[in-house]
Amino acid sequence: MKMAMFRSRAVAALISVAAALVAVAPSTALAASAGVALQRAPVNLQDAVSLQRGAHLFVNYCMGCHSANYMRFNRLTDLGLTEEQIKEYLLFGTDKVGSPMTIAMRPGDAKEWMGKAPPDLTVIARSKRPDYLYTLLKSYYVDDSRALGWNNLAYPNIGMPHPLWQLQGAPQLKVEDKQSHGHTVQVKSVVAGEPGLMTGVEYERAVTDLVNYLVYMGEPWKVQSTRVGIIVMFFLSILLVFVYLLKLEFWRDIKH
Amino acid sequence: MSRIVAAGQGLVDWVDERFPLVSTWKYHMSEYYAPKNFNFWYYFGSLAMIVLVLQIVTGIFLTMNYKPDALAAFGSVEYIMRDVSGGWFIRYMHSTGASMFFVVVYLHMMRALMYGSYRKPRELLWIFGCLIYLVLMAEAFMGYLLPWGQMSYWGAQVIVNLFSSVPLVGPELSVWIRGDFLVSDATLNRFFALHVIALPLVLVGLVFLHLVALHEVGSNNPDGIEIKKNKDPVTGKPVDGIPFFPYYIVKDLIGIVAFFIVFFAILFFGPEMGGYFLEYNNFLPADPLQTPAHIAPVWYFTPFYAMLRAVPAMFGSQFAGVAVMGAGVIILFFLPWLDKSPVRSIRYKGPIFRAALTIFVVSFLVLGYLGVATTDVWGKMPDMLPIIGGVEVATIVSRLLTLAYFAFFLLMPWYSRIDKCKPEPERLT
Repeated sequence: MKMAMFRSRAVAALISVAAALVAVAPSTALAASAGVALQRAPVNLQDAVSLQRGAHLFVNYCMGCHSANYMRFNRLTDLGLTEEQIKEYLLFGTDKVGSPMTIAMRPGDAKEWMGKAPPDLTVIARSKRPDYLYTLLKSYYVDDSRALGWNNLAYPNIGMPHPLWQLQGAPQLKVEDKQSHGHTVQVKSVVAGEPGLMTGVEYERAVTDLVNYLVYMGEPWKVQSTRVGIIVMFFLSILLVFVYLLKLEFWRDIKH
Repeated sequence: MSRIVAAGQGLVDWVDERFPLVSTWKYHMSEYYAPKNFNFWYYFGSLAMIVLVLQIVTGIFLTMNYKPDALAAFGSVEYIMRDVSGGWFIRYMHSTGASMFFVVVYLHMMRALMYGSYRKPRELLWIFGCLIYLVLMAEAFMGYLLPWGQMSYWGAQVIVNLFSSVPLVGPELSVWIRGDFLVSDATLNRFFALHVIALPLVLVGLVFLHLVALHEVGSNNPDGIEIKKNKDPVTGKPVDGIPFFPYYIVKDLIGIVAFFIVFFAILFFGPEMGGYFLEYNNFLPADPLQTPAHIAPVWYFTPFYAMLRAVPAMFGSQFAGVAVMGAGVIILFFLPWLDKSPVRSIRYKGPIFRAALTIFVVSFLVLGYLGVATTDVWGKMPDMLPIIGGVEVATIVSRLLTLAYFAFFLLMPWYSRIDKCKPEPERLT
């Protein structure tokens, strides 16, 4: 009895320590961005259609400057595309369907032309996190003081001009004075400006699709991993019952 | 059937005339008597062994595809994850295994602290264990450089730079370790060699010695009393002991399966463990020209990292902090001679030891948290305060907790003597 009590106390202590660690996790492990509150990216890796649209956006709007060197085009068959569809809609130039998603611009040239080579995006969603990417793509605004005419609330003085401006148009910065606890605080936000090819709702969907795709590309095995994981959990839980019964059987003759 | 059994017996006899097969099996398994009252805390020894095997086996497969080359390392890890069959599974086993190794080893050490498993005659057993912990830290540190991400790179840079604060030989020492003036391809290659060959060999050797020492003196138990003192006069076997095989083999199976449930839940559903097992910034390739704003070591080093940061520079050198950090590990070795208590187990130790151990554990955990966080995580002390005004709260807390950590050991000869202990029982409870 005493031992059982002690054991449950020890387990409870461990669980509370684990819970405490989980509770502090978000506050410390986040790669914080300057100032702006991050919006939650509605990532859904089961949504193949969204991922297909995201792949299309990625190839058309990101791969002008950014590579995804560790991702192969034919891996996109994961998303329900056939190799023929990949060749027809997503491949440009001389790329083969089994090649990695490289770009023609060499990093050295890019550095000379732009000051900094655009980073490879294969695992960008793993380092920068989906919410940040989602917020970033929704926080561009026109800023004439910048060399390329663009600035970003989530990444002030960002080097990259708005990659999706044709779709979103030219959003404007809105600065409001708000009262908070007796102080006046400046609240900055981005509002619609000159329209692009998409409505606001359509643009939001496009950003969702693109971020969804970036998350998929960071871990293309994720859906499979979750599925296998559930089977493994089920198997081990059953096994746990049997090894417990085995132990009881062997230990029947041990008196405490 | 009986002919097969006879043939098997014949084979065993044949081997036994040439190798101590049956006697070894008896000595370490079927006639190794362990106390019958092992509880939850006694699972972690066998679990550490399991994780060691997992790390070696997954490591072999990773080595088949990994490229220890500054230009190719980051890409080769992604290649393993994407183009090698089952590669992501093997790599996540290894990365999850690294963190779980420390979880298991910390709990294993906690068990020793609680039940006094380091006390005479188990001093050498404890010292081998401390050496395993020390080598494990080196092994983990060097392994962490191999993915060649930003945290790999800058973590290694920070830690190797610590050696340059050693008086007189410091700068030369750090260059000697790196093989270069900064962490580079040369560093990556030698860390790879040490990580996959040198340190695992040492580790396996130390684990062997740890087990030899254990089986010589016998296992301690939650009551902290010797089962060898009470032997059956007829059989000469400990009355409260049971053979390791089959009893603890089948019992450890429960621990192993339960552990695997946790292990594989992390592996399949969240191998980054919220950025603690795999740091998010380590998915950015190493860039020697861009220092990250916040360099944090992996969680299992952070208590010691917090101690390092807590100690202020003295005489223009960080060496004091480095020395304190090193002492934090080295002091463990002296534990068997610091504990003067008449009893071993926390069950019979008095309130002072219980309080001291609680403070020690809390200090270690909070230091671990502060080692991940930035120093301004809790803001600053109000400016109007004398001396500590304007100093980060976290820095002050780290200093106090570092003192508490060392006080647990250094004051032990005193408080373990005056503590009000309960009498130990004659037999296991």
